[in-house]
Amino acid sequence: MFESLSDRLGGVFDRLRGRGALNEADVRAALREVRIALLEADVALPVVRQFVDGVTEKAVGQSVLKSITPGQQVVKIVNDALTEMLGSDAADLDLDVTPPAVVMMVGLQGSGKTTTTAKIAKRLTEKGRKKVLMASLDVNRPAAQEQLATLGTQVSVATLPIVAGQTPVDIARRALQAAKLQGFDVLMLDTAGRLHVDQALMEEMRAVAEISTPHEILLVVDALTGQDAVNVATNFSQQVALTGVVLTRMDGDARGGAALSMRAVTGKPIKFVGTGEKLDGLELFQPSRVAGRILGMGDVVSLVERAAETIQVEEAEALAAKMAKGQFDMNDLRAQFNQMKRMGGLGALAGMLPGVKQVKQAMANGAGDDKMLVRLDAIIGSMTPKERSKPELLNAKRKIRIAKGSGTTVQEVNKLLKMHQEMANAMKKIRKMGGLKGLGAMMGKGGGLGGMLGGLTGGMGGGAGGMPQLPPGGMGGLPGLPGKGPGGLPAGFDKFLKK
Amino acid sequence: MTQPPTPWHQKIVGGFRRTSDKLGENLTGLFTKATLDRETLDGIEEALIASDLGPATAARIRNRLADERYEKGIDEQGVRAVMANEIARILAPVAKPLEIEAFPRPQVILVIGVNGSGKTTTIAKLAHLLQEQDYSVMLVAGDTFRAAAIGQLKVWAERIGVPIISGKEGGDAAGLVYEGVKQGTATGIDVLIVDTAGRLQNKAGLMDELSKIRRVLGRLNPAAPHDVVLVLDATTGQNGLNQIEVFRETAGVTGLVMTKLDGTARGGLLVAAAEKFGLPVHAIGIGEGVDDLRPFDAEEVARAIAGVSE
Ligand SMILES: Nc1nc2c(ncn2[C@@H]2O[C@H](COP(=O)(O)OP(=O)(O)OP(=O)(O)O)[C@@H](O)[C@H]2O)c(=O)[nH]1
Ligand SMILES: Nc1nc2c(ncn2[C@@H]2O[C@H](COP(=O)(O)OP(=O)(O)OP(=O)(O)O)[C@@H](O)[C@H]2O)c(=O)[nH]1
Ligand SMILES: [Mg+2]
Ligand SMILES: [Mg+2]
Repeated sequence: MFESLSDRLGGVFDRLRGRGALNEADVRAALREVRIALLEADVALPVVRQFVDGVTEKAVGQSVLKSITPGQQVVKIVNDALTEMLGSDAADLDLDVTPPAVVMMVGLQGSGKTTTTAKIAKRLTEKGRKKVLMASLDVNRPAAQEQLATLGTQVSVATLPIVAGQTPVDIARRALQAAKLQGFDVLMLDTAGRLHVDQALMEEMRAVAEISTPHEILLVVDALTGQDAVNVATNFSQQVALTGVVLTRMDGDARGGAALSMRAVTGKPIKFVGTGEKLDGLELFQPSRVAGRILGMGDVVSLVERAAETIQVEEAEALAAKMAKGQFDMNDLRAQFNQMKRMGGLGALAGMLPGVKQVKQAMANGAGDDKMLVRLDAIIGSMTPKERSKPELLNAKRKIRIAKGSGTTVQEVNKLLKMHQEMANAMKKIRKMGGLKGLGAMMGKGGGLGGMLGGLTGGMGGGAGGMPQLPPGGMGGLPGLPGKGPGGLPAGFDKFLKK
Repeated sequence: MTQPPTPWHQKIVGGFRRTSDKLGENLTGLFTKATLDRETLDGIEEALIASDLGPATAARIRNRLADERYEKGIDEQGVRAVMANEIARILAPVAKPLEIEAFPRPQVILVIGVNGSGKTTTIAKLAHLLQEQDYSVMLVAGDTFRAAAIGQLKVWAERIGVPIISGKEGGDAAGLVYEGVKQGTATGIDVLIVDTAGRLQNKAGLMDELSKIRRVLGRLNPAAPHDVVLVLDATTGQNGLNQIEVFRETAGVTGLVMTKLDGTARGGLLVAAAEKFGLPVHAIGIGEGVDDLRPFDAEEVARAIAGVSE
């Protein structure tokens, strides 16, 4: 929807090509664009002003690297400053105390406190091997306590039994006692949503904090938040001793400028980001990624890392070997689908990419549908092993059988075949262009995925590729990725859903 | 960023106070001119941005105000009134309450939006309001995804005393919605309000599901859904425009409700949205109780954005 900063600055600086050092007028012109970009990304106005002043000082007089344009130089300075301001490193929870360590969640209504409570509890239980108890102090919202109880069952974490009619302070006391008696390591207190201007509720929050002396108080904020972020951050941090911030709904397509506002006003680290309604949608905060996103340059780094995490190395190696021979059959296509599913489907994947039109288009056409992956998988599942390795065998009769077996239509089978064909072609092209090398090295022979990325990032050349100097290390491989034409997702995906 | 003496975040907080006072300072004693001076216009633009109108809309309004001539001696309140007028002019055409007029009954209202925006609570408020106006109302607990979402709407239904159709958590939302229209039609109620799970507009799969719910609603009654109401959270920034655009495309939004205007967020997004989409704004939410729904009053919201003191 909005232009990325690099696009904006491209225009401003075209006429300045070949300059030696950035003079004040250049910088001011550029920073007007930076200001608008930050405001469009919902960074709060006073924070924008402060940031732009700081960057102006830094940028004036810097010599422009020979290899890049003045615009890119400014983008780099801005990106670095932003990354630094967001926090030089990611901070996890600090729960190194005599148990039970109390973690209290606070924030506006609907920001995601209850969901995040369960996500963190799950993480502490699974990764930290802690014994966690969750308690909901929300006596306002209908069924709030039941919500946490349900989530507790889903993640197998204990919740404090619900007793009707208790005040939040009573519940907190009871929770503390239970946690102590039953030897829990961590007690998580979910609280009701409250407006920072609601005196009574803010007072109640302080009372809870007083009696439970939390080791961590996390302010849960919606990544979609606009200018009001400053008021929220100011007021909550005046009332309780926040230790960190959680930014939810980062799986959306908001630029997430609230991250900068929060960080600037509270001075506290952003510890986690929420990336989905599901309870595994929680990640540590990565300043450099969010910086890129605020500037509209996409979250390329996390995409690649997520890919690297979920890709099954052996599968990838086998696929790479096949590709080297120029073979790509239905089994391989199926392996690709499985990888996509592990990565949270195409929705999650495409959401992390720069705001490339083609990707959005493809998503609008339903390419991000996890269910579709399941259906495609079913079609392949109904093929005989022979058919899978030799899709040419599929004549009309066989197609009818497969459609029946998989509960789909012949049309859909045809679409799958077309997709396979186009993808096989894409694979060939990638191999020819040698584009896999960079990415493969980064992801450990990330063969098959490269194909997918190659498709997905068609057109990305203008985004990340256009700014070779910028993104944090390790990205070298990406710009070289071949882009396929528009809608460059594994071709045919977009057509698949049109009924 | 190495000198610890004054933590930079504190400076920003200071900076913020300066902003809110800035307009006032700039305006004092400058009012002998016929057009607004640059500092005043800057102040106006910043005030608009701080209310989430977004830089582009703020700049447009600034330019419009810059072209006008004003009485000499206009004071700060005068300038704020000018701002409020301009904003009200943009908002007035979209202020349209939700009308219940479907025949054959029931009028089906589908309520959609991103996660946590206030859909379920708004449904309770709306149902209560319509009931007070003597319409019979039925609810459908179409959010079968979120934990205890059904329970939440059930509690509301009981409190305000309206019937509710619900299924199992994890069940098929579209099927339930079909059942809802069937029962609603059979019992001859006036209004059927359908809750849906929150979804971010960039999730293609979830958006497809919404189109499906829409289609299913129309099966028994081709006119349904009569209204598709998008619930926006007032604290939302510029992504709200994107929300409107995508939900309108995939779900055919017919009107907006903005919630959480009881905080400090001013909802300037509605101004940008009015210029860009012109979709009706039906009501605003100003609290968590059933009585906290108000008709959308363009002038009132405009005055709040412009900071006109009563
Ligand atoms: N897409 C997405 N949805 C989220 C995320 N975190 C929470 N949600 C959803 O946001 C909605 C509100 O979440 P809750 O956890 O109930 O929010 P809350 O802050 O506890 O709300 P109150 O208790 O009413 O103040 C639910 O629909 C959640 O599923 C996230 O990171 N991404
Ligand atoms: N202050 C205030 N809070 C509100 C308003 N409307 C809703 N809320 C609160 O916001 C939170 C979320 O409201 P819900 O109605 O559950 O939101 P939802 O859109 O149904 O959420 P999901 O179904 O999880 O997507 C609850 O705590 C509500 O009490 C409002 O106008 N003002
Ligand atoms: Mg909650
Ligand atoms: Mg709801």
